[in-house]
Amino acid sequence: MADITFVDAHGTSTTLDVPEGWSLMQAATANGVDGIIGECGGSCACATCHCYVDDSLMAVLAPAAANEIEMLENVAAERRPNSRLACQIKARAEMNGSTVTLPATQE
Amino acid sequence: MSVESSSGHTVIIGAGQAGVTTAEALRSGGYAGTITLLGDEPYGPYHRPPLSKAWLAGEITEGQLVMRAPEMLARKDISLRTSASVVAVDRDTRQVRLADGETLPYTGLVFATGCSPLTLPIPGADASNVLALRTRTDASRIADLMAACGESGAPVVVIGGGFIGLEVAATARKKGLRVTVLEAAPRLLGRVLAPVLSEWYAALHRRHGVDLVLDARIAAIETAAHQAVGVRLADGRHLPCGLVVLGVGVTANDQLAVAAGLACDRGIIVDACARTADTLIVAAGDCTARKLVDGTLLRLESVQNATEQAKSAAAALLGQNRPFTATPWFWSDQYDKKLQMAGLSGGADAWAVRGDLDSASFSVYHFQAGRLIAVDSINGAKDHLLARKLLEAGVSPAPTQASDPGFDLNTLLPMS
Repeated sequence: MADITFVDAHGTSTTLDVPEGWSLMQAATANGVDGIIGECGGSCACATCHCYVDDSLMAVLAPAAANEIEMLENVAAERRPNSRLACQIKARAEMNGSTVTLPATQE
Repeated sequence: MSVESSSGHTVIIGAGQAGVTTAEALRSGGYAGTITLLGDEPYGPYHRPPLSKAWLAGEITEGQLVMRAPEMLARKDISLRTSASVVAVDRDTRQVRLADGETLPYTGLVFATGCSPLTLPIPGADASNVLALRTRTDASRIADLMAACGESGAPVVVIGGGFIGLEVAATARKKGLRVTVLEAAPRLLGRVLAPVLSEWYAALHRRHGVDLVLDARIAAIETAAHQAVGVRLADGRHLPCGLVVLGVGVTANDQLAVAAGLACDRGIIVDACARTADTLIVAAGDCTARKLVDGTLLRLESVQNATEQAKSAAAALLGQNRPFTATPWFWSDQYDKKLQMAGLSGGADAWAVRGDLDSASFSVYHFQAGRLIAVDSINGAKDHLLARKLLEAGVSPAPTQASDPGFDLNTLLPMS
């Protein structure tokens, strides 16, 4: 399990205890966090689960795979160096205490 | 329907991708009336795409399939009712009747009824281990039967080499099961893929150990005690099995709309804005047949079509025009290969391959009378997104430019 905090574009913050192996997209949509859509169900095919990861999460994340990097070109909001797709981030204990910030728009 | 009105009641039949998106788009569009979302399955909204892959493989749990948490729907004041089957729509009295006899009055109505898998008119097709995959319940039963096949060593026979059938075959191979895929046509995915990509998929599946039979003619599914035990082909071959998965196409769930007197032709006929001829009624997703400007009907079964038409449908109920004109896109995951398709390839008369078919990533460009109409990319999201831009802009590379990796297709895009 990992406590991950989601901060939406209005500044509302929700901390979820995310089970190991769940993607952050799955955790957000299953727990009613606004600001993540996940239209394709987690296939890295739609780019509607865009998030900005904080430094502590960035430090323990594997670099994005080619497909994720390429799909990030399609995000609706501004793409930043810490942009990732939440469906491709699987929770691990080392991520405990991390924060992801959600953009104002996903489509 | 006025945006400010809080007295209205929009009833949405179907709680899948299209139904949920319509409900949310109504709220984000400012609709203040009551929204009732009717799902005929026992579960709340869930993601369908993982059913044939991660869910079937047992890699994810129920919670990970959830599309919208109940509290999120509640927060948006969307009233979800599960196990609620609609049996009739009465347009004169503006009421929807449920299976339990309850009636719901509506001021706006959305058909988001989806589609149903076709069955096969052959002996044995009604056996209890002959299943199509559409719902979570279907997928769970298939997973259970696959587990039984794993123990008994009985093979899985997949009838139909379309996307669902091939994704199921890939998942079954991942589980180490023996798998035969029977395809009636001379090539896989023949209605959508270029011949070269059909051959590539056939080779991919055979390389992963699938016994692939093209031009398959099925005589019967052989049963014992209501269980399929084998599939007999017209040429006399007998394929033993512990599970048959049918992936032979779908039919739009337009029966309610037909009975209500709405125009249907293998789907509920809607315009680009998801409107039916009844100003109070819209339709979105797999259940629709969209009338194009030239009068032809377009049926699409995809997540994108469901969400885009849903947004159009919500706008239409709010008195706005939001035509769905975006380039269609679709994807399929099989083994470690992701196919991403942009555009519609029907009617293609020439193809160009960009990249090497033996390499990790390549794309196939479809042309009709020299004009680019679709692009299929394997593990090539960059090509795919560029293809969407080219198609949106109505720009065509020459086939020789498409097949030349040294030519930068970005240069064809209008300056933004």
